[in-house]
Amino acid sequence: MATASTTSTLDVLRIRKDFPILNRKVNGQPLVYFDNAATSQTPQQVIDVIVDYYSNYNANIHRGVHALSQEATDAYEQARIKLQKHFNIPNAYQTLFTSGTTHGINIVASGFAEILKAGDEIIVSALEHHSNIVPWQMLCEKTGATLKVIPMTTSGELDMEGFDAILSEKTKLVFVNHVSNALGTVNPIEEIITKTHQVGGAVLVDGAQASPHIKANVQALDVDFYVVSGHKMCGPTGIGMLYGKEKWLEKLPPYQGGGEMIDQVTFEKTTYAGLPHKFEAGTPNICGGIAFGAAIDYMNAIGFEHIAAYEHELLTYATQKLQEIEGLRIYGESKHKTAVISFNIGDIHPYDIGTILDKLGVAVRTGHHCAQPIMDFYKIPGTVRASFSFYNTKEEIDIFVNAVRKAKSMLG
Amino acid sequence: MSSIQDIQQEIIEEFEMFDDWMQRYEYMIELGKSLPLIDEKYKTEEYIIKGCQSKVWVHADLKDDKIEFTADSDAIITKGIIAILIRSFSGQPPQAILDADTSFIDKIGLKEHLSPTRANGLVSMIKQIKLYAVAYQAKAES
Repeated sequence: MATASTTSTLDVLRIRKDFPILNRKVNGQPLVYFDNAATSQTPQQVIDVIVDYYSNYNANIHRGVHALSQEATDAYEQARIKLQKHFNIPNAYQTLFTSGTTHGINIVASGFAEILKAGDEIIVSALEHHSNIVPWQMLCEKTGATLKVIPMTTSGELDMEGFDAILSEKTKLVFVNHVSNALGTVNPIEEIITKTHQVGGAVLVDGAQASPHIKANVQALDVDFYVVSGHKMCGPTGIGMLYGKEKWLEKLPPYQGGGEMIDQVTFEKTTYAGLPHKFEAGTPNICGGIAFGAAIDYMNAIGFEHIAAYEHELLTYATQKLQEIEGLRIYGESKHKTAVISFNIGDIHPYDIGTILDKLGVAVRTGHHCAQPIMDFYKIPGTVRASFSFYNTKEEIDIFVNAVRKAKSMLG
Repeated sequence: MSSIQDIQQEIIEEFEMFDDWMQRYEYMIELGKSLPLIDEKYKTEEYIIKGCQSKVWVHADLKDDKIEFTADSDAIITKGIIAILIRSFSGQPPQAILDADTSFIDKIGLKEHLSPTRANGLVSMIKQIKLYAVAYQAKAES
């Protein structure tokens, strides 16, 4: 009989060898890592790049005349080009390094503070991460603009009729995640972008949850801004990317003052450097940027179509197995979702389930997943969220499902 | 009335009877069911302990110079933990609560819950219990 893993479209056992952390034990049990939506694990190929950087060419970039600085600058700019190509961005200078998705969002939000005026409207979706809501609330307070929310349906999808109802000529910016972090729903961003452009607004898409599974083509999407985080794509933490259309990046004021973003400074006037440096003040996360590029290479070598197909297989398998457990309810039942399952069992608190799963070596997320409005919608304190990656296996899902059954029998 | 130390020793001995974590957790869940429940009127924002992923309410009353604690939680493991704490501290004078050490938690195999990053907020619960003792002690001295 074939093992579950060999039915897949990927050679998962070979891939797993790239991830040293998958060999470790937790509470005496082999680790089953199902918290990939929070952060992905790092392959040896990326770890090697980080070690190589600090062992061989650690230097400050863009200014040095010496060899190390040149090498570091080249590697960093090469990484930018890797990101540019991956997301099909027209120019490298529109590919801005950030510290992560939240930073990218804040750059856009603070830029719009100079553009918005009272009476303007910003639209966000009900499926947002907290980090997507707070900057816009602050922006509205500052500018007098109004925040509107695209409602959600019970199945965890955006209510597009609700979107049509709030979209108007007053809409200056729409803000939506490509994939919901709490439920895994893939949102109809193409439709949102087209409709928003028809009324003259711009769209910022949070690609943090989509980027490990879906290769976004920013030109085909015609999106105005797209943000991602490196640590969800097998890269390190503290690095991310902001893509912006050229007209917007030219229009938005710099986010921070400091080194690198300056062209000329006199006491009378400072002229800003061109893109991308205008938004990259100070010494950047050089090693992080280079490692992010390596992570993109790693994922592309496996292939996003293969990753998506295999993860869908895992999602289908896990959904089916979990649904056999009496009293278990899955939140987020869209047909279009990434490999994320948010669930509860009866009245058992998600925290209790997560604690027992941890004792059994299974890492999941519990709580509101920084998406309190979604939890309020379902009137629950939170959920247990299992999220799968291409290095997970059906055998691990079996261990996980048995652990959930065990937790249920202890807590029910 | 036994001293805090005696009660803690008793709890340690009870937990020593179990061979593995699963039995210890099952016992803790059982203890949670015996928790002296907080009056519904105190289950408000004011009595909630911050820093817990689950909700925990603790209330304290001074009776005959001793503090009586009641509590509740919406998570059953958290309820077990608070039940162990209350069994050890309830009915004790404020000074004894202030002087008590809490290393018995370590000895009953629940050390992982003592980490400050832990979402159940055991550290916050202990802090809250000690704060009640500080308050009642100050009141008695004034």
